[in-house]
Amino acid sequence: MAGGNGELKLLGMWASPFVTRAKLALHIKGLPYEYVEEDLGNKSALFLSSNPVHKTVPVLIHNGKPICESSVIVQYIDDAFPGVGTPLLPADPYERAVARFWAAYIEDKVVTSWAPVFRVKTDEERDEAARQTLAAVEVLEGALKECSGGKGAFFGGDSVGYVDVLLGGLVSWLKANEPLTGTKLIDATKTPLLAAWMERFCELDVAKAVLQDVDAVVEYAMALRVRLAASSAANN
Amino acid sequence: MSSTKEEAPAVRVLGLWASPFVIRVLIALRLKGVEHEVLEEVVGKKSELLLRSNPVHKKIPVLLHHGKPISESLIIVQYIDEVWSSNAPAILPADPYVRAVERFWAQYIDDKFPRGIRILKGTVDGNKDEIVEQLSTALQLLEEAFLKLSNGKHYFGGDNIGYLDIALGSHVGWVRAVEKIAGVQLLDAAKVPHLVAWADRFCAHPAVVDVLPSADRFVEYSVKYGSFFPTRPSLPTE
Repeated sequence: MAGGNGELKLLGMWASPFVTRAKLALHIKGLPYEYVEEDLGNKSALFLSSNPVHKTVPVLIHNGKPICESSVIVQYIDDAFPGVGTPLLPADPYERAVARFWAAYIEDKVVTSWAPVFRVKTDEERDEAARQTLAAVEVLEGALKECSGGKGAFFGGDSVGYVDVLLGGLVSWLKANEPLTGTKLIDATKTPLLAAWMERFCELDVAKAVLQDVDAVVEYAMALRVRLAASSAANN
Repeated sequence: MSSTKEEAPAVRVLGLWASPFVIRVLIALRLKGVEHEVLEEVVGKKSELLLRSNPVHKKIPVLLHHGKPISESLIIVQYIDEVWSSNAPAILPADPYVRAVERFWAQYIDDKFPRGIRILKGTVDGNKDEIVEQLSTALQLLEEAFLKLSNGKHYFGGDNIGYLDIALGSHVGWVRAVEKIAGVQLLDAAKVPHLVAWADRFCAHPAVVDVLPSADRFVEYSVKYGSFFPTRPSLPTE
């Protein structure tokens, strides 16, 4: 059996939305795994040897072999355990290409615009990042309509798929954005399908088991902001 | 009963010869022996067909298969591999773990090379020395990856070119061009000997040789169109 009964270990950090993606995929597939919380301020030898290039979480270790980068990990989980649970990517090559397209869009447009919101110093920079992220989210609304066949269920159709996992990993942070910055990223008045998607996603057992508590994420992000401001003040 | 109007070919590529992302698609199609038509875009002016086919990014390459558009070069390469799966060779490796490793490096390559090359070309502002350092480090890591993945054979994919060969190899034209433009050494035989040998083999491969022109042609292109895009270019490429 592909994947075999080998052991699965996930190196992560509780707040990371990228780690959440990996957890979602593992839970959806019903795959047992050992979770190791890494202290990113004091990285373990296993972590550093498993991801020497980026030194970031998540890292999935399967039978002692490491896989890095959340989207690569999610695809690996789908590829290596084909008979287990429901496939995350559809069978049809064209539909797979569409799913991969939107996955890439989430990375290149949503995440890339959004990450600076938590790092930039001026309000202008933050507003610009928020504006770009919102624009990207609006495009995703159209994508959801297209992918779910107008039913607005999941990007994967009737069941959760690859794109749902990649966006789903971000949900607690999507919700945290409003208390943190004042901008609501998924607003039912602007992107009703995505708002409904988010509610539906959060109702899933898998989501309840894995998604971080939003207040905890807000607290984490605020502490991070303070630390970044302090370190940049010290460096000036 | 024959139609008086000629049907559009089943497989069409919207592209620009100088785009490494387009080159990837052409290599994949040639590797699989798929008949296709290439529609060359005009630099600085996006066609109606392109805008209609890729409304989200408005970028090349776009593969049109029976009129259905597929965008993003590595996604297109995977699509080609999956649709023409009965045509050898396989582009993606069969083993899921090796596949994950190749995907990891393909992502790494596209994080580093496109931007780095733009800076060395001078179309985007940046610290050239820093970029040379970054790209040299990247090539060093790729040299090590090559040794592990090739297992003594000619390509990252083993006996034949595969996904990672295409992902990296498509950048070789511009890498060699910016070596001349910026007066730097990247594919240095003293530092990355296996990659240098691999690059020569890759460029000579039958599926590559007619779609990956010499470095001089890329240099000419840069000279011709460089002034059109003084800062961040809105090139039709990815």
